[in-house]
Amino acid sequence: MTAVSIEKLATVEKSPGYWAGVARRFSRDPVAMIALVVVVGLILMAIFAPLVAPSDPYRTSMLRRLRPIGTEGFPLGADELGRDMLSRLIYGARLSLLMGVTPVVIAFFIGSAIGITAGYVGGRLNTALMRTIDVFFAFPSVLLAIALSGALGAGIFNGLLSLTVVFIPPIARIAESVTTAVRRIEYVEAARASGASAFTIVRVHVLGNVIGPIFVYATGLISVSLILASGLSFLGLGVKPPEPEWGLMLNTLRNAIYVQPWVAALPGLMIFITSISFNLLSDGLRSAMDIKA
Amino acid sequence: MTQDFVQELGQELGEELGMEDAAAAMVASQPLLQVNELTKHFPLGKGLFGRSAGVVRAVDGVSFEVRAGETLGIVGESGCGKSTTARLLVDLIRPDSGQIILDGQQVGPEMSVREMRRRMQMVFQDSYASLNPRLTMEDAIAFGPMVNGAPRQQALALAHDLLFKVGLEPRRFAGRYPHELSGGQRQRVNIARALAFSPKIVILDEAVSALDKSVEAQVLNLLEDLKGELGLTYIFISHDLNVVRHMSDRVMVMYLGQVVEIGPVESLYGNAAHPYTRALLAAMPSMDPDRRTMEAPLAGDPPNPINPPSGCRFHTRCRFAAPVCSAQQPPPQILRDAGHLTACHAHVPGSGHPGLESAA
Repeated sequence: MTAVSIEKLATVEKSPGYWAGVARRFSRDPVAMIALVVVVGLILMAIFAPLVAPSDPYRTSMLRRLRPIGTEGFPLGADELGRDMLSRLIYGARLSLLMGVTPVVIAFFIGSAIGITAGYVGGRLNTALMRTIDVFFAFPSVLLAIALSGALGAGIFNGLLSLTVVFIPPIARIAESVTTAVRRIEYVEAARASGASAFTIVRVHVLGNVIGPIFVYATGLISVSLILASGLSFLGLGVKPPEPEWGLMLNTLRNAIYVQPWVAALPGLMIFITSISFNLLSDGLRSAMDIKA
Repeated sequence: MTQDFVQELGQELGEELGMEDAAAAMVASQPLLQVNELTKHFPLGKGLFGRSAGVVRAVDGVSFEVRAGETLGIVGESGCGKSTTARLLVDLIRPDSGQIILDGQQVGPEMSVREMRRRMQMVFQDSYASLNPRLTMEDAIAFGPMVNGAPRQQALALAHDLLFKVGLEPRRFAGRYPHELSGGQRQRVNIARALAFSPKIVILDEAVSALDKSVEAQVLNLLEDLKGELGLTYIFISHDLNVVRHMSDRVMVMYLGQVVEIGPVESLYGNAAHPYTRALLAAMPSMDPDRRTMEAPLAGDPPNPINPPSGCRFHTRCRFAAPVCSAQQPPPQILRDAGHLTACHAHVPGSGHPGLESAA
């Protein structure tokens, strides 16, 4: 009898899955698609920087300091030490994206775990976890990041660490509120009535329904992280010279703002483009994930 | 597969009742489900140090029996504790006190909650909210059996059989998501999911209330067919008195977390003893314009369950209220028909209540 039934299983008409629907709706959103192209382009640029960059980003030349945009051999000008701006901007994507994305990715996992646990278990554990999280909200995120990396000392790793700590609380809070809402829906009650363990219910019924909103929110945080990381570098707390990083470049070029304003503004422009692309990407994901749309 | 499934269930039932004369066995044997003094008080807005500001007496000492093979209807206004009672039965909310005895075994000491849930399943009102939007119908139905140890292939095969049984062509519907189905189709899936445990009792908590009338009728017919086919017992919760009358063998009326009347359907509808039941029945719209309801319906809302009225909880809205009603809580009183009970002083000889006829 089972053989017959399994044969039946094979002929089931499959609905396109949830993610197929998300992809379809996303691809119909021109703004989101442009943002996606820009983000993918930036990532590829960072990965293949040695192939893309026209020259060595570390090679200084006292003779060619602060050349304007369009100088021969320096399409985007040269910085205060005569280094090729275009190459430095391309290489800068590596550290800047690393500093922007890594803390959010780590905080996404830790924050989701805390928030989903608090939201699903509820009660005293929820109170204990969420009030602890609230302590972090007492500090403005910029100050918290600066204070932490100031205390830990400058450096890429400490910068990443302090940014991760900054992003865990907001992600945990979102995860908690989404999970609390999903937990009260009747399909979770039905799953409880089936005798499933809390872990199985979270894995099958909760995770799939909360991870989307948390993911969208976290994507939006990438731009914040990018700006904070640049801020740390600007203050000398993150990346150290002569490494190319957009925030640091903005810092070292700020004295040249009256001499070559356009060149000095370029790292800021890169930060702006990157962060707005991540923001638009997350907006696009948010509407694509809305199942009723 | 289908036949095996039915046979298995039939055997299970047969062993228990002796299929020869189910009706006789029903009366003679113990009830399938017995509920004693079930109570749940929800604490109100806990203070900072865990001090409670009061309790909502959602379910307050509810006792009843359900016999194998019957349908027990539960009716009452919103907030009377119908749904809380249902959730207490399947332990979605933990009772404060009271016993639930299923198949002669008390849930807790003698029967695990897990085993109880295998024998007693629930269908919720909101067909959309009760299905995970990310799961296909076959996965939604197969989840329960898989949690209880069935291999995936077998659980899916069972899901397909059940889909067929509730009138949904498995080939078309097994791979669909909830938002692709209509309300009636989704509720059929919810019924199939409950049946995946081969339960003895299915609690239908307003299961058809959200459907439009024609679909509601189809689902009700399906429920009746399934009941006959699988030998199910239903606890049918609804605010629709006509539907309850149509579906039930016995009806229980609840008011403010307590049972005010319980009895066989014809006896209760034809000869309601409690003033509240009478008021409910009088509020039923008639199909005949010549017999339109001229009497004013019950005035006002039910009192606050945080501070329920003393004595009989209905006395604040009762036309027949006498001094004794606010002083003492009426005991359950057996009426002429065996099995028809009501909690009203008017039916207790020597209670000091002049009786319903004289007061009117």
